[in-house]
Amino acid sequence: MSEARFAIGIDLGTTNCVLAAVDLQTSDLDEVVDWIEAIPQLTAPGAVEERPLLPSFLYLPHPDELRPEDRTLPWGEQPPFVVGELARSMGGRTPIRLVASAKSWLCHPGVDRRAAILPVEAPEEVERVSPLQASMRYLEHLRAAWDLRHSDAPLAEQEVVLTVPASFDPAARELTAEAAAAVGLGRHLVLLEEPQAALYHWILASRGEWRKQVRLGDIILVIDLGGGTADFSLIAVTERGGALELVRVAVGDHILLGGDNMDLALAHAVRAKLAEQGTQLDPWQLQGLTHGCRNAKEILLGDARVEAVPVVVPSRGSRLIGGTLRTELTRDEVARTLVEGFFPMVEASARPATRARAALTKLGLPYAQDAAMPRHLAAFLGRQVEATRDLAGFENRRPENASFLHPTAVLFNGGVFKAHSLLDRTLELLDGWLAAEGAPPVRLLEGADLDLAVARGAAYYGYVRRGRGVRIRGGTARAYYVGVESAMPAVPGLEPPIHALCIAPFGMEEGTQAELPSQEVGLVVGEPVRFRFFGSSVRRVDQVGAVLEQWTADEIEELEEIEATLPAEDRQPGEVVPVRLHAAVTEVGTLRLEAVPREGGEAWKVEFDVRGKG
Amino acid sequence: MSDSLLSVFKRLILALRAVGRILADPGFAAGVLRLEQGETPAPAEPARPALRETPPDSALQLLALLQQEGRFVDFLQENVTAYSDADIGGAARVVHEGCRKVVHDYLQIKPVCEEAEGVRLTLPAGFDATAVRLTGNVVGQAPFTGTLMHRGWRVIGITLPKVAEGHDVRVLAPAEVEL
Repeated sequence: MSEARFAIGIDLGTTNCVLAAVDLQTSDLDEVVDWIEAIPQLTAPGAVEERPLLPSFLYLPHPDELRPEDRTLPWGEQPPFVVGELARSMGGRTPIRLVASAKSWLCHPGVDRRAAILPVEAPEEVERVSPLQASMRYLEHLRAAWDLRHSDAPLAEQEVVLTVPASFDPAARELTAEAAAAVGLGRHLVLLEEPQAALYHWILASRGEWRKQVRLGDIILVIDLGGGTADFSLIAVTERGGALELVRVAVGDHILLGGDNMDLALAHAVRAKLAEQGTQLDPWQLQGLTHGCRNAKEILLGDARVEAVPVVVPSRGSRLIGGTLRTELTRDEVARTLVEGFFPMVEASARPATRARAALTKLGLPYAQDAAMPRHLAAFLGRQVEATRDLAGFENRRPENASFLHPTAVLFNGGVFKAHSLLDRTLELLDGWLAAEGAPPVRLLEGADLDLAVARGAAYYGYVRRGRGVRIRGGTARAYYVGVESAMPAVPGLEPPIHALCIAPFGMEEGTQAELPSQEVGLVVGEPVRFRFFGSSVRRVDQVGAVLEQWTADEIEELEEIEATLPAEDRQPGEVVPVRLHAAVTEVGTLRLEAVPREGGEAWKVEFDVRGKG
Repeated sequence: MSDSLLSVFKRLILALRAVGRILADPGFAAGVLRLEQGETPAPAEPARPALRETPPDSALQLLALLQQEGRFVDFLQENVTAYSDADIGGAARVVHEGCRKVVHDYLQIKPVCEEAEGVRLTLPAGFDATAVRLTGNVVGQAPFTGTLMHRGWRVIGITLPKVAEGHDVRVLAPAEVEL
């Protein structure tokens, strides 16, 4: 069978994976037949249940810890590792064997993502896995779960849409696609940015009514605050041939800040309160407390009449009554810790204390150093103030002297916003910023399904890709540059200045190629040669071949180095061959760079993710 | 009810059904043969009421879930007389929250009677005596009219986790040894 029967959306999240499907045969225009596929998984040793979410956790048990039959999966396998709910609960008791946040590691440029480094804290005897392998394990589980129920339509033969954060760099995108290909999902694979997937879900849920809820000139801000990451995108509503069209005009930086940080912050606040009363918690109890605080938070932030919610931490031993700790979380504490800590009222001119991606040398995830989400949002909107300047229909819409891009509508996504007051606080912030510059308040786009929207929107995208609905255009959200040394005479003690040569312009669509730049760079035959690599999410006009002599840190971000090796073959080792760097965006949605020798002949792939190779 | 009053249509349906069952059920076929040969059917021997053992697996599984999520067994095994109401109340929150989650996640429970407790209601003849229990002045013939004292509960769906072959369900909670 070559024709796909289903479009499958996979949300490979930092803390949960979701699998959604659209039946391509029975869906018709806005009448879409879609569902969330339940995922069977181990929930206790020897017990398998179906759940809508597969927690993105991998547990590497000790050989004596679980008997093989206690690891039996519905498809008759007994792998030596555990994925999903049981992995999460076992990891709570034995964190040294738990792989968590593999996705954040996958886009961590400070480490070799193909190297077995996780869990970082594991002792010597634990056989570690790479961030890439961990992602493969989750995808493998999802594939097996689907194939068990749909043996006549295996996942590998379906149209698979895998979501990635909009802020993922080319290397992280390529690694995600590689993980999918490694488990056999590469045949009809395409990557989709998560905020776009959330917007596709909103379109799907509106059942064709979305055209009435937005109008030409709208700028939709998508705020996706998941378990581990904050992801922003701007999508403009334009017009082509009389019909409304959506164009994604900007994406934000990669910010490791999400709901998990908030729950942990609350738990630490309560722990400090208990410590004042003379009660110390062990790590196991802290975990119970975090869980209790998450529930209490949702109650307190969802219902303004509740002043305090009791939080109990059960004892570890079988004596429940004497050993259980009881405390309570008050509205005031939540407001202080969460609302003021993570969503403080700041000006539109506020900026995060440090840039998110500061330390690349430390082995550990580069968590955002400023926990205040509004400052990251203000920085994003400020940096993207020009985002719609060259867009048809938007020429006169930007008010003079606007200090940031003015969104007109906002779509929220992610479990964090189940707490309504955080959503209201964000709206209040945005409206305050807009009012200060004389702009009207934003409209809230309703109807989001905060946990499942990304997967459902992704499956829907697989459906509209077949020409059966509106598509969000936009292409790549960055322009890419390589560093070339300028040809000025060497000055002792001074590094030769680096110029940035544009090799891929902003907005390249899937399946397109950039022109060949006229400039050449030299590759030494037989030796790996590295280039400094840069991306810009604001320079929309640079064409291939443009050379920047200087730039500010705010407009161009240095990415990981890239590497090309020209095999010796019929050339002399050590010979310098002039090549041109050619960029293309694959059908999957990954960036591909090639070194094309001047005299023609075969082009050589330029590798991302080169750390640890040399 | 008299068999001779069956309409042609009903008899046709019966004939078709009988054909199917004669093919599928040898005992039934033998009975029809006896009827066809003119024997009067022997009164079917009344099945002797029997009690059956219920396999304990799913009971143990549910108990394990209640323990895992709500520390149910821990709670029952404690001597509550030794503690203050405040201590018991703290523990009861753990038990209530966890057990409620189990009941909510694995069972679909609905009241047997949707009416509010305290209202008068009338039970027609042929009501389900398993689902509604009569108490008090139980005399006379249906329909019965009385006051709803308890709405009753009925499970309309149950999904317990699948258990691996060889998994010992008698272990409600494993002992934990921290290394």
